[in-house]
Amino acid sequence: MQFRLEKRAEPSKRVLYIAPLIAVLLTMFFGAIVFSAIGYDGIGAVREIFLTPLTNSLKWQDLAVKASPLIIIGVGLSIAYRANVWNIGAEGQYIMGGLAATWVALLTHGMSGFWILPAMMLAGFVGGAAYASIPAFFKTRLNVNEILTSLMLTYASVQLIYYLVRAPWKDPMGMGFPQTRRFASEALLPNIIPGTIVHAGVPIAIIVALVAWFVMSRSVFGYQVKVVGSAPHAARYGGFSENKTIWLALLLSGALAGFAGALEVSGPFQRMVPGFPTNYGFTAIIVAFLGRLNPLGVIFAGIIMAITFVGGEIAQTTIGLPSSASGIFQSMMLFFLLAGDILVRYRIRRVAPQGEARA
Amino acid sequence: MSTELLIAIIVTVVGASTPILIAALGELVVEKSGVLNLGVEGMMLVGAITAFVVTFTTGNHYLAIICAAGAGVASSMIFGFLTLSLSANQTATGLALTIFGTGFSALAGQGYSARPVTLLGPLFPAELATHPIWRVLFGYSALVYFSLVMVVAVWFFLKRTRAGLILRAVGENDLSAHSIGYSVIGVRYAAVAFGGAMAGIAGACFPLLLTPQWAERMTAGRGWIAVALVVFASWKPFRLLAGAYLFGLVMTMELYAKAGGGPLSAIPSELWAAMPYLATIVVLVLISIRRDASSNAPACLGRPFLPSN
Repeated sequence: MQFRLEKRAEPSKRVLYIAPLIAVLLTMFFGAIVFSAIGYDGIGAVREIFLTPLTNSLKWQDLAVKASPLIIIGVGLSIAYRANVWNIGAEGQYIMGGLAATWVALLTHGMSGFWILPAMMLAGFVGGAAYASIPAFFKTRLNVNEILTSLMLTYASVQLIYYLVRAPWKDPMGMGFPQTRRFASEALLPNIIPGTIVHAGVPIAIIVALVAWFVMSRSVFGYQVKVVGSAPHAARYGGFSENKTIWLALLLSGALAGFAGALEVSGPFQRMVPGFPTNYGFTAIIVAFLGRLNPLGVIFAGIIMAITFVGGEIAQTTIGLPSSASGIFQSMMLFFLLAGDILVRYRIRRVAPQGEARA
Repeated sequence: MSTELLIAIIVTVVGASTPILIAALGELVVEKSGVLNLGVEGMMLVGAITAFVVTFTTGNHYLAIICAAGAGVASSMIFGFLTLSLSANQTATGLALTIFGTGFSALAGQGYSARPVTLLGPLFPAELATHPIWRVLFGYSALVYFSLVMVVAVWFFLKRTRAGLILRAVGENDLSAHSIGYSVIGVRYAAVAFGGAMAGIAGACFPLLLTPQWAERMTAGRGWIAVALVVFASWKPFRLLAGAYLFGLVMTMELYAKAGGGPLSAIPSELWAAMPYLATIVVLVLISIRRDASSNAPACLGRPFLPSN
């Protein structure tokens, strides 16, 4: 008996949507085995990482706060990847958005007005989009690989934070710490549920995903992105400009990543610190894939990824699992998802060995 | 500038260039077979922690290098299985491999940070390298000579051997190579494994050649620079050599700027730290302005191969 792959007439929608779920279940199963094998409490690790954040209602606010930047960035990346534009530098665009918002906050320090926070958010959008325009420019003009340029810009942006908080933006009253002053209350994101850490970014993330879903499934722009990404020849024939799509995909994903940066710095961080880059931009890549490059799917994927973050922190204190464990779980999830993708386009058929078939 | 300083700079440049050169040579062969593995950074980190742990426990540097190569091959096989056997998206799988390697190395390196090992010493006896000029030629560790030998070996393999011709054929036209009876998937598995071994050895350079300890993410994006260098070098081994040494020079300038003094320290140290990454963008842009650069890319690069039967 042999197995072989047979192309499906049409990609299977059912497998497409079930695959992420199976990937999560396989990750839990193999994660338990792997972590047991290297001498940790494997079953405990899976329980603490995947289940405790859900069963312990005190952790729900952490989930919401961690999920919202992942969802906002993941939505942008899912649109870019749909267009076959590989923006890997969302972390850098997130950083530039955060820095732009910080700049507005420091500039307006001592002023008052309802407009300060919206101005910071706008700065975040612009900062992220501007940083993403660099790979877009080189990609459309000179066909320079956007993966490499966007990623290199991320490394450079981290150094820019270090420089700004060490010298020009350093808090004079900060006792020598390399960080900016704490933002004035006008520049802080309001809490929406008193007594928790849930800030306005949480509902905003859901709204961003819903709007993106609507745009992608109901508008010409969404259609254009999908056609350019999946069938560039047809797109050219249909009069859709590839370069315009590349620009839009990068500007949009950059703007959303920058917006997430502005929300983070004015919400959880309340000032710019060297520890501002928290890998949300990289994790959002997994979020986009786990969400099947669909904005609605990204909401669920963002929550799942937030669970592994919060759960990873819990497992650190309860069973002494190192913080890097969540990264392993996250990449395992992505491996299983990518491995399962073949079953969307192909089905496994059992076939008799060729000799017998001929006889 | 004194001769002593000049020689010290040359030795530092060679050291900084070596891991990039080794990793890029591996990736060049992988890409020549038509596969784009973006997991170089992750495989380097796996190699780095493996080399560190083996050196720390056994004290045997050469065993550490071999184990790092093995660990690189093992992690490259995750990529190989997903992209070659299951034809998963190469870009996404490579990224996943980098995320995995980062997490795996951090987990395995738990408790090893700030523990010193000894660097791999020079290959040749010290008497040969007493004079400064001789030191420039004979003062390096085996990893440096390995990288230089591999430049020639990869060039010879690709240009002058039958196996190299088959590998290039698979990368240029997989369907034709398949139809005349070569195993496209088999050749690509071999290339990916070679790339994994080289990335593992490149990772080993970090604890054995540069800083004798383990630090999380200690490869600091050098794997990505190696990927960029392959494009920069138009898939040619000797241009890779020139490119890697150019980057080594940029990184060395950063070290001297941080050490203070001289005209280099007028520029903020953060800008120096960002320089290799900015330089990567600049060289990618410059090489793209020249028309022939991208036309030299293997025609099947990044495309999955699935014969109809």
